Amino acid sequence: MTTTQRQLVTIVAESVLRRRLIDDLHQLGATGYSISSTDGSGTGGRHTSDWEGQHIRVETIVRDDVADAILTHLAEHYFSNYAVVAWASTVRVARPAKFD
Amino acid sequence: MLASAVVDNLLSAPVLAFVVAVIVTLVKGDIRLPDALYPMLSMYLLLAIGLKGGKGLAVADLGEVWKPLLASVALGILTPVVAYLALRRLGKLAVVDSAAIAAHYGSVSAVTFTVVLAFLEASNEPTEGFLAGLLAVLEIIGIVVALAIAQAHLSREGGGSGWGEALAEVLRGRSIVLLIAGLAIGLAAGPERLEPVDPLFVGLFPGLLTLFLIEMGTVAAQRVRDVREAGWRLVALAIAIPLVNGLLGAVAGSLAGLGVGGATVLATLAASASYIAAPAAVRIALPTAKPGLYITASLGVTFPFNIVIGIPIYYAMAKGLS
Repeated sequence: MTTTQRQLVTIVAESVLRRRLIDDLHQLGATGYSISSTDGSGTGGRHTSDWEGQHIRVETIVRDDVADAILTHLAEHYFSNYAVVAWASTVRVARPAKFD
Repeated sequence: MLASAVVDNLLSAPVLAFVVAVIVTLVKGDIRLPDALYPMLSMYLLLAIGLKGGKGLAVADLGEVWKPLLASVALGILTPVVAYLALRRLGKLAVVDSAAIAAHYGSVSAVTFTVVLAFLEASNEPTEGFLAGLLAVLEIIGIVVALAIAQAHLSREGGGSGWGEALAEVLRGRSIVLLIAGLAIGLAAGPERLEPVDPLFVGLFPGLLTLFLIEMGTVAAQRVRDVREAGWRLVALAIAIPLVNGLLGAVAGSLAGLGVGGATVLATLAASASYIAAPAAVRIALPTAKPGLYITASLGVTFPFNIVIGIPIYYAMAKGLS
């Protein structure tokens, strides 16, 4: 089966940012996303969970340029004040048109 | 009288459950409820409070509601200002942290509200049915006022996205939506049509509140370490501010014509600090404020203080003023 390379961008963030991150992803050109609750600890200490949900893990598969735009945007708007980590990894997808 | 009210309150099942959970967690015992239960119980409590308030509104006439409503608006403006000034002047905290904590004290804690209702019911003290409506009003106004204070004092810095979005977060957040949904359902259906669901939302209420407070006890106990780091000044203020705001609430309640029960509830609302709606709003509007300070003050100090000792004090205040 032929596959195409795309970027999988994964963001782990405080759940309070949920709506903002989803809006940002759409504006920056992501065509979809998956979101799940997660828990753990990092340099900022243990995740503080409240009843609105714990930390969220947002995953989206996008073109290279969109992945760069997302990571740049996150660095500019969230890294200094919020608990956010993000990374991109190259993945092989079966239906590239879904992610363009 | 106060001592016996404190003992009565302490020996009620929900408060005992809270205290036991705090102690067990402090000695590293595991008393946590399954994770899925926490959101379910919060949802249930908010909906139940809303339904109760809606039922009360359905049978109340406008004449008896408008004064307490006005008193709530006044308290919503006054309590965050009191908190802000105390934190800034006496607590020597930064503007952004003072405003962030003030938002928590301006807003209210729905769980503290349910505990005071259970306390008054156990004391055979009648309360006005529409009080949950006041809860919704106070929850929103307090946060808005505190964020406005912050806005007035801080030059626009990067990072924050302004308070429009924070307000939207409060209004769309689950706590307000469930509360208002409950109010609307209760108001539309009225007491008689709600009778079939009363066994769930009225009958099981004290039991489920007890379960919920086990969870709250573990969460509050986990904040104890942070309390030590926050310093004695903040701890003292997290007890003093509720007492002052509670007195304001009791005065406003009796001026507005509420009975002893109603004035106790309004005093408790004014004294309580939010730890659900306010943290989310503050995190968005004031991202540079330290969560370690505002969550610790509201959840680690004020919440336990209010449900164990504060409520009987506010009850005594309301009685003294009547």
